[in-house]
Amino acid sequence: MDLLLEGFATALTPENLLYAVIGVLLGTAVGVLPGIGPAMTVALLLPVTYNVSPTSGLILFAGIYYGGMYGGSTTSILLNTPGESSSVVTALEGNKMAKAGRAAQALATAAIGSFVAGTIGTILLVALAPNIADLVVKLGAPSYFAIMLLALFTVTAVLGSSKLRGFVALFLGLGIGLVGTTTGQQRLTFGSPQLADGIDVVVVAVAVFAIGEALWVAAHLRRRPLEIIPVGRPWMSRDDWGRSWKPWLRGTAYGFPFGALPAGGAEVPTFLSYITERRLTKRPEEFGKGAIEGVAGPEAANNASAAGTLVPLLAIGLPTTATAAVILVAMQNYGLQPGPQFMDAQPKLVWGLLASLFVANTLLLVLNLPLAPVWAKLLQIRRPYLYAGILFFASLGAYSVNFQAFDLALLLAIGALGLAMRRFGLPVLPLIIGVILGPRLEEQLTTALAISQGDLSTLWSEPVAVVVYLVMAVLLVVLAVTAVRGRRADSVVDQAKNSYQEVSM
Amino acid sequence: MTIVVAYSADPYGRAALAHAAREAGRRQEDVVVVNATRGDSLVDRRFADDDDLARVRSSIEDLGLTVTIEHEVVDDVAGAVVTAAERLDASLVVVGVRHRSPVGKALLGSVGQRVILDAPCPVLAVKPDA
Repeated sequence: MDLLLEGFATALTPENLLYAVIGVLLGTAVGVLPGIGPAMTVALLLPVTYNVSPTSGLILFAGIYYGGMYGGSTTSILLNTPGESSSVVTALEGNKMAKAGRAAQALATAAIGSFVAGTIGTILLVALAPNIADLVVKLGAPSYFAIMLLALFTVTAVLGSSKLRGFVALFLGLGIGLVGTTTGQQRLTFGSPQLADGIDVVVVAVAVFAIGEALWVAAHLRRRPLEIIPVGRPWMSRDDWGRSWKPWLRGTAYGFPFGALPAGGAEVPTFLSYITERRLTKRPEEFGKGAIEGVAGPEAANNASAAGTLVPLLAIGLPTTATAAVILVAMQNYGLQPGPQFMDAQPKLVWGLLASLFVANTLLLVLNLPLAPVWAKLLQIRRPYLYAGILFFASLGAYSVNFQAFDLALLLAIGALGLAMRRFGLPVLPLIIGVILGPRLEEQLTTALAISQGDLSTLWSEPVAVVVYLVMAVLLVVLAVTAVRGRRADSVVDQAKNSYQEVSM
Repeated sequence: MTIVVAYSADPYGRAALAHAAREAGRRQEDVVVVNATRGDSLVDRRFADDDDLARVRSSIEDLGLTVTIEHEVVDDVAGAVVTAAERLDASLVVVGVRHRSPVGKALLGSVGQRVILDAPCPVLAVKPDA
């Protein structure tokens, strides 16, 4: 508790408060804009890690992450185009509510639900992360290896609609992660000295998120404008509160554990929350026509999962969403290695970050309720202006890594890969997680094998590792069974999953 | 002969439409309403929705005039108006113009200005009633 109070002292200094405000404003803005998300934004802002202190930088990024979750709902509700993959489900009921003239209530239940879920999620994070870190200290290299393998597997196979496309993306990422001479011999360097140090993760992240998306938008620039539903200041009636609070809590209960598991991300818990609310509602006739429960639950779930994602990130150094992956890159830029020792070695930073999450959440509620109409105006920005700015920051970010023009060529090449992935429906998340976790996976494997002097059985010598492999086996069986049974999935989920494909990170 | 009106779903477009309708009634000519967008932003409020266009259509047909609506996504909005005027051999183009700040003039192009300069026929530039 003392640690948390000290954290608040860190988070509430004028400088850090300013970064929190910038973070949540920026996060909400990019959340509102479809195609531009918190992952891309954090990737573009990675150069700030060169002159901003670690605490302030991470507070900024965490604000962007939380803000992105809020902002996505605005676009979902007003435009029926999810700003973020985590808001896909919100669009199902939210846009119907808006069309029925209840946009203000939909935005209010989304914002307040996000606040409630974000706050509960952050409390759980504060309670859990140190304990998990204590447990994790006892794990050896074989267990780490297994856990990372599980994360790669679940992110690839469980999320997204096509397993094959997921694995293609994953192996592309692992391939990019292999480039370099970390093991002593040259791998995939093509004899080029510039590739000998490997491809910097920053360049990869900026390329696939920013360049890939910009090229994709350039290829699809002219589109019939969407019809936006005008909205005033969000508010809710007594009846809306009564119908919202239970879905908020249930959404939180789904979101946090899913965020915390290596199979993280907000897509699964938001689907589950929507289905649950549809089953439990006392007014089933309203579902499909704009039921407030169908907005309240999923919106709470996506914010709770954002908090949950930070548990494995801080305690094990394991990213499970694209944004968490890029935040991990930022930490590595600072020379910080999240993991079991992180909490003890950097108490000021960690607790300052956790306290700032409470601050960010409150700021978001205060900002978003009155400002919703202003955020909606962002959608009128002409995309060429927007993407010109993104390309500028992308080039700047990639160049500032090593100050080598070669990195710009790499940026363009990997950006073209990003465009191709969008064209052929390959998810971006497995690639970026592959690039980041690939080298660390190898490191744990070599450590484990060095300790056991080459005996492979060391890989299943720890109980945690065995459990993780069992979980993977079970998942594999479940996936195989569902595949054999054919597509019996709910049509709503299918429909939402299809639109998920169109939304990038 | 026809009168081409550059319509946008805002007070300027509505002013242009009103004057075009009055002028068409006086001359007994057809009205062609051009409502175009570049389609490069996600939301363009000046691009009319279907309800709005239905109102436009009925407001002119109520005057006993023939109306055609061209509603499309184009590279160049001013170009679309001018091309329509050339193609239809229009007798008049009506366009709404707005007050613009010096900075706005420096940064952004003006549809109204380009229509006035490029149109092959007389142009009636109107302002909404204050």
